[in-house]
Amino acid sequence: MANAWGLKNKLFILLLIPGLAWLLCFFIFPIIIVFSMSFGQKVDIIGIDYNWSLHNYFRAFNGVYFFTLFKSIIISSITTFICLIVAIPVALYISFSSTRIKSILLISIMLPLWTNLLIRTYSLIAILRTKGHINSSLEYLWEASNRALNFLNLANYNIFNNNFIPLDLMYNNFAIILGLFYIYVPFMIIPIYLVLERFDRNLLEASYDLGANHFQTFFKVIMPIIIPGIISGIILVFIPCLGSFIIPDLLGGADSQMIGNIIERQFKSANDWPFGSALSFILIYMTIIVISVRYIYSKLYSKFYIRGMYEKY
Amino acid sequence: MTKNKICIEIKNLNKSFGDTLAVDDVSLNIHENEFFTILGPSGCGKSTLLRLISGLEIQDKGSIIINGLDCSSIPANNRPVNMVFQSYALFPHLNIKDNIEFGLKLKKIPIKDIRQRVDNILDLIKMRDYIYKYPAELSGGQRQRVALARAIVNNPKIVLLDEPLSALDANLRIEMQQELVNIQRNLEITFMLVTHDQDEALSISSKIAIMENGKIIETNTSTNMYEYPIKKYSAEFLGRINIIDGYVLKKKQIFHSEIFGNIDLKGNENICENMVLAIRPEKIIIEKRKENKLNRIYAKGTITNSTYYGDMSYLTIELDNTKEIYIHVQNIHRNSLNELKIGKKLLASFDINDLILLEK
Repeated sequence: MANAWGLKNKLFILLLIPGLAWLLCFFIFPIIIVFSMSFGQKVDIIGIDYNWSLHNYFRAFNGVYFFTLFKSIIISSITTFICLIVAIPVALYISFSSTRIKSILLISIMLPLWTNLLIRTYSLIAILRTKGHINSSLEYLWEASNRALNFLNLANYNIFNNNFIPLDLMYNNFAIILGLFYIYVPFMIIPIYLVLERFDRNLLEASYDLGANHFQTFFKVIMPIIIPGIISGIILVFIPCLGSFIIPDLLGGADSQMIGNIIERQFKSANDWPFGSALSFILIYMTIIVISVRYIYSKLYSKFYIRGMYEKY
Repeated sequence: MTKNKICIEIKNLNKSFGDTLAVDDVSLNIHENEFFTILGPSGCGKSTLLRLISGLEIQDKGSIIINGLDCSSIPANNRPVNMVFQSYALFPHLNIKDNIEFGLKLKKIPIKDIRQRVDNILDLIKMRDYIYKYPAELSGGQRQRVALARAIVNNPKIVLLDEPLSALDANLRIEMQQELVNIQRNLEITFMLVTHDQDEALSISSKIAIMENGKIIETNTSTNMYEYPIKKYSAEFLGRINIIDGYVLKKKQIFHSEIFGNIDLKGNENICENMVLAIRPEKIIIEKRKENKLNRIYAKGTITNSTYYGDMSYLTIELDNTKEIYIHVQNIHRNSLNELKIGKKLLASFDINDLILLEK
């Protein structure tokens, strides 16, 4: 029985071939090419000298590149943190809603994910820019208040200056964080929601029955139990944030580029593929570190903690 | 048995979910140190009643008085009651010790006292070797014990148990039933259990209330509930019973049955027209020949069905080609098993004193 569906089944191997071939051609080979390129050096427009030096890596840890890398980590961390703060109450609310409302809420979270990233980012621009929806609404309110003051003969008090000065919402780090948050918050909500969906609701009643109020129940029971979901959410948000380049490109200003933009530039305008490869691999190493933290965590606790979490006994 | 103080007084409790009335005007008195069981079919509202007492549901009408204190509007986390859940609801992220301490720590009890109480309880449930294990590492029976310990360590006025044994296999269930009774006797805490298992109710409780469609049908001690039930529903729900067709002749104090003739009801109080007679299957015995004993009623019949349970045989007997009655016979001799085959004729008898007069 053990082998009925195992690798010994010929049909199984046959079915595996397309997938394996795909992975080999479009994942393993490119990664190997990029990896070996990261140790090379650009000699002319298309020529690369594979001299296996760490030159590109040393360059990455110098001056502006290192600063950008560091800044990318900070921005991604802030975004991840905001996502977490927002996602926990949202996930809780969804998981405690009635079935009908639950599906509506879930769809409204999933729906943006089915829309093109560029369209969503441009719509953010329409909202945030100098003459965007936020600023024009504020301007309208501003003028309306001025008119009201005039009407009441209070214009002399001059509470509002005569001219509305639009808020600088675009082309800065704030815009990047807002954009990243807007794009990636579903990836935080969904894993936390999935953990909440699976856990035994009686635990909350037990906690309440044993004397805990709602606040204590949240920190003593709900939080420890949703930690696996939080960790998955952090990984799903932090890693894409770190490598993102469209959002900083469109929403960020001249000084607010992230490491993704620099990598993109190496492969395009700067035409320095070896250096771009090295920077890409630095990102991959960082991703591996984040994932290994999660792996160690689950190894430590999997014996009872993670397993017992979902087991309904 | 001396009459204890009233522990919980429930007055005209009502609870409905949408259109369905889950608890319908229930009034109950539970005395201190009782092992009180609410028995009923699934969906009769017994779990809702328990949740109302714990405070996890809020009643529509009525009041719950615990130890003289009206708890109707006190939230669950401040009520002096604790619950053992059907799924045990042990916190998976806490080890056994932390699970048991959960309630005590919230009450800000000094560490020394907590340690003392947890120690005592661990001895009581014989789980001292497992304090640093996690719930997922324990067997069903061990989880059950921890769940019980987590409730009683808080010294509640009453422990509420919501079908706590239904997830255990048959042998372990019987073992745990005994343990529950022992713990209840040792600690002298009031237990209130909800179950649909009649054997469980009979074997562990001191008092049983039978519930149907949100109403309490009858409350009685467990022995009386089986031997001297008052209501037809409770007699039929708790164990098997033979209802004897017929009618009461009130003036003559006689019950007239077509099969058994006139049965004298003298000595019974509260006789009214709307009553039936009944007898438990094990009170009927098989006789070799008819003797002229006082107070004995005889009937001839043919076995139409026979089920063998090892220690007992459950027979269905047709009397005079009309009425079927059930008899439970103890298999005392191996040789006599042949006499219990389908189609065999036999003579059955029972004592008038074993008859039960039931309100319809």
